[in-house]
Amino acid sequence: MAGTLVIAELEGGKSRSTTFSAIAFAKQVGGSFAILAIGPGAANAAKDLAGFGAAKVIAVDDPAVKDYVVERFAPTVAKIVKDGGFDTVAVTASSFGKDLAPRLAAKLGAGYAPDINAVTVDGGKRLYRRPTYAGNALSWLEIATPIQIVSVRQTEFPAATASGGASPVETGAYAGPDAAASQVEFVKVEVGKSERPDLGEARVVVSGGRSLKEQFKQVLEPLADALGAAVGASRAACDAGYAAPELQVGQTGRTVAPQLYVAVGISGAIQHIAGMKGSKVIVAINKDPDAPIFQISDYGLVQDLFVAVPELVKELKAQS
Amino acid sequence: MKILVAVKRVADPDNLNKIKLSAQGKVDTTGLEPKASPYDDYALETALRLTENGTNTKARLGEVVVVTFGPKEAEQMLRAMLGTGADRAIRIDATDDVLDGDLVARGLKGIVDKEKPDLVLLGYQQAESESNEVGQMLAEYLGWPQATFAGRITTTDDKVLLVERETDGATAHVKVTLPAVVTVIDKIVKPKSVQSKHTPTTHNYADGVRFAALMAIMAAKKKPLAEQKLADLAPDATLKVRYANAELPPKRAAGVKVKDVKELVTKLKTEAKVV
Ligand SMILES: Cc1cc2nc3c(=O)[nH]c(=O)nc-3n(C[C@H](O)[C@H](O)[C@H](O)COP(=O)(O)OP(=O)(O)OC[C@H]3O[C@@H](n4cnc5c(N)ncnc54)[C@H](O)[C@@H]3O)c2cc1C
Repeated sequence: MAGTLVIAELEGGKSRSTTFSAIAFAKQVGGSFAILAIGPGAANAAKDLAGFGAAKVIAVDDPAVKDYVVERFAPTVAKIVKDGGFDTVAVTASSFGKDLAPRLAAKLGAGYAPDINAVTVDGGKRLYRRPTYAGNALSWLEIATPIQIVSVRQTEFPAATASGGASPVETGAYAGPDAAASQVEFVKVEVGKSERPDLGEARVVVSGGRSLKEQFKQVLEPLADALGAAVGASRAACDAGYAAPELQVGQTGRTVAPQLYVAVGISGAIQHIAGMKGSKVIVAINKDPDAPIFQISDYGLVQDLFVAVPELVKELKAQS
Repeated sequence: MKILVAVKRVADPDNLNKIKLSAQGKVDTTGLEPKASPYDDYALETALRLTENGTNTKARLGEVVVVTFGPKEAEQMLRAMLGTGADRAIRIDATDDVLDGDLVARGLKGIVDKEKPDLVLLGYQQAESESNEVGQMLAEYLGWPQATFAGRITTTDDKVLLVERETDGATAHVKVTLPAVVTVIDKIVKPKSVQSKHTPTTHNYADGVRFAALMAIMAAKKKPLAEQKLADLAPDATLKVRYANAELPPKRAAGVKVKDVKELVTKLKTEAKVV
């Protein structure tokens, strides 16, 4: 069966939202597709994934894949790709996808298109488009191998929604580890905890820069509450310890594209902009009228943030 | 410990918003100063920290070899890195148009087979292509383990690394027995991010990467810089991906400045309709 194999990303026995962007890609390129759920709770996750129109859903659960270790995951994925005769493998370009996909590509002798934001078919040839040069160029590429591995940018492939129907669920076998797996011991994973929406999925993101200092939370949280927003930060704010490291938005942090992005006291360095310029509406609050962030903002407010933000919270309540 | 650090010369990463498009639809970086990709500088800093006592960095306690794929001009970057502290450098003669990430990984495998390092360090991605792939591909080709997105590395015996991998919103702790491939993110150059067995645990490094002293740059002129042919390392030069044309993304037009908070909220409600 030619077609696309979508690799689901599981967490706590459920699909992470990233999975639905990879499914959206598979639906967009057309043809038949299957979904592979690998990891603890795969059987359960597979049931939820059966409503997306896949030809089948394959569930692989085994004590060996209890924790994500690429040297244990990749051989099984590779075997399923080969046995199933898939010509495309799609995963979302999260940390999971970016870690796994290139290793899988090398294993399969396949070309890899990383972090794509569009795909077109031109005379039977598939072309992928991806942001490069910190988002300042869009590069088109073509894969020359029979199998194509793709990771898709979550913000550019809106999550597919369940379309009903029930794909058959199969149990797949664990294919054994890479020899290198004996050199890897998974110790633990610490998950940053937050009651707020996840940065990658939030409809509104409020981000703060280093100028917020120790008042980062005190100033930004009321605004985030008023807007139902996730909180983000510049690298400078994270580095200084004013904001938690997992809040970093930008080239080295998260890529976000919410309906509304509010940049508070952020200068607009190109590495920051690379992670948020896909936002639909951008608001910047900065006391420097020449701050580069204003060049990409739809609405700019030149004011001291310590005055503007509390006022904004009040005004949002007043006008609601 | 012997460490191989793979590095890439790129156009000034802080000014990539000044790139242009050539008439042929290729990205044109003319006018931008060539520099090492920042994450590769971080990889070199990591390698140096792992092979020294942080309280006496003059004595080298291991070997660091930097390797790049690039034209003759890329040797300037390698010389600078020798000045910073790397012990040897290798340039594989090749330009970007004959390479893809896969071929770079295969070429690096050729170097690893000859050099037999304990560890290969790379930036997690390079600043131009941002592909984030070479380290993982190299690990597969070598049959070695990989630890990507490393934000912290600790080792007590030079045989096992405890790596903290920064993944979306989480930190994964893994113990990796060498030889291995590790790719680093920016957090790796914070004062306490690299803890080698040679350095007292109380030691704090300066935040960021070190800079070469003038004396060291002069002395580095004597350090070995070898050239190798790509064909000797990776006989099959077939590329698996081919980059066609590029385009510039639509420019976001600068919008309006609002006079106060009240106007901002009104516009967000009635014009943008996002609140
Ligand atoms: C390899 C590399 C990767 C990087 N990756 C990232 C990344 O992923 N994300 C990221 O964000 N950065 C990244 N950076 C860092 C980036 O270059 C900037 O240094 C950083 O984004 C600056 O953060 P900032 O805007 O908070 O601070 P600054 O640049 O210092 O800006 C502070 C701003 O606050 C304004 N301000 C100060 N006080 C007030 C006030 N009272 N009221 C209103 N405004 C005020 C100032 O006018 C200024 O514009 C990276 C850099 C490198 C080299």
